[in-house]
Amino acid sequence: MKKNNDFSPRHALYLKKVKTENAIVWILRFAILILGLLLWEILAITGIIDSFITSCPSKIITTIGTLITENNLFYHMGVTLYETLLGFFIAVFAGYAIALVLWWSERCRRVLEPYIVVLNSLPKIALGPVIIVWCGSGSKAIIFMAVLIGIIVAIITMLNGFLATDPNKILLLRSMGANKFQILTKLVMPGSLPTFISMLKISVGMAWIGSIMGEYLVSRAGLGYLIVYGGQVFKLDLVMAATVVLCILATLMYAAVALLEKVVINYKK
Amino acid sequence: MNKLLELKDVSFTYQTMTDEITAIENLTFSCDDGQFVSIIGPSGCGKTTILSLIAGLLQPTSGSISFEGKKLTGRNESLGYMLQKDQLFPWRTIEKNVLLPLEIKGKNTPENRKYALNLLEKYGLKDFIKNYPDQLSGGMRQRAALIRTLVSEPKLLLLDEPFSALDYQTRLSVCDDVYNIIKEEKKTTVLVTHDISEAISMSDIILVLTARPSKVKSVHKPQIKGDSPLRRRENPEFGSWFEKIWRELN
Repeated sequence: MKKNNDFSPRHALYLKKVKTENAIVWILRFAILILGLLLWEILAITGIIDSFITSCPSKIITTIGTLITENNLFYHMGVTLYETLLGFFIAVFAGYAIALVLWWSERCRRVLEPYIVVLNSLPKIALGPVIIVWCGSGSKAIIFMAVLIGIIVAIITMLNGFLATDPNKILLLRSMGANKFQILTKLVMPGSLPTFISMLKISVGMAWIGSIMGEYLVSRAGLGYLIVYGGQVFKLDLVMAATVVLCILATLMYAAVALLEKVVINYKK
Repeated sequence: MNKLLELKDVSFTYQTMTDEITAIENLTFSCDDGQFVSIIGPSGCGKTTILSLIAGLLQPTSGSISFEGKKLTGRNESLGYMLQKDQLFPWRTIEKNVLLPLEIKGKNTPENRKYALNLLEKYGLKDFIKNYPDQLSGGMRQRAALIRTLVSEPKLLLLDEPFSALDYQTRLSVCDDVYNIIKEEKKTTVLVTHDISEAISMSDIILVLTARPSKVKSVHKPQIKGDSPLRRRENPEFGSWFEKIWRELN
């Protein structure tokens, strides 16, 4: 680990080159976004595309403004966020716990394997009507959908992480006299932390799919509801505005997990 | 000298769906207190299985293993196992890695921790105890792995090709390093290897095994003069021993 003050001029040059390259990448990223938005706006204003069908950035911004002042946007955001987060946490915790059981008992794993395979390949949306009948047409059904979509992937990812533990390290612990519980807590769980983080990242996406899909099926509030409603009454401004808000929320949630990764996995160079 | 470890007519057979494989057949050897014994043989001859048997992680199909004069029935308690690669846990600091056996055995007491820290200091790792394994060189990591096996004060060390993952240059110096620490701590050691020169330069006794099912083919006592493996490699006798054992293996 080198200190910052003893760089040679050549190294300083190298650092400058890397930094310039990074800056260019960032500038280009923003340029694409701004140019895209500008192009969209200009095409809409000049009438080359019909903004009734495609909407346009300025209309999206005013729509978000009216949503905030008149239609209680934060309430809809809150509803969707609540459903997504609850679905996310239930799927993650239950998925982790079930994966632990499957790691612990090989027999259990072998018995349940075909069920997991079938549940994994089943399109969970097909269970929509069943879920509505069981849970009613409220938040409960939507959370159930989010959990259902997330949990199988969580189980499979986590179990693979547990099973990938180096057998030599297990042998080492056994030679020290470790029991199975110690092997789990000293080796398998800390060793699979990187897998846990990638499972969280996958689960963020799954939870959003689940909650929005759930809201498409049954809901009287939420961002998914706004999107479906906007589509039905042909208000594309509303559809686009809700989608933009959704993008921002999903990105923030992913960023939170990425931040957690930096905090938790601090032993890598 | 006291016999620390004795294997009598030990055989081990394992089952697969298609076959029943005898890995070891009527293996007999013993090892005195403070001796360095190497087991060398063609690859796939069940060397690692022998170590697992001595560690009590596997039970022999027939024959008996005694440790300190008592027949071994379960896991061997006073033993340190060192494997290929250092197997340090990357998420633990060097200090936490070294304390792992104490945690497992529920002996993480202040005195034992002090003993562990003394070992780290004695063998030049004191400045690195708060570092993670990724920040250390291969040689230092191997030394940390050896200290980890020493902290529970084992009577017997088992080394399973501990240097095979290192490059040649590092290997020679780590070999010297490990040997000196083992002699300093006066530990009895069984080393499994396929490297003939490693075996000759380190051991008091070398057992040459046959291909599977493994038996002892011959026993050698090189006793080359020199106070370290590197010095012994320079001794003229070294070459003739190498040729002798090389011929037996082929």
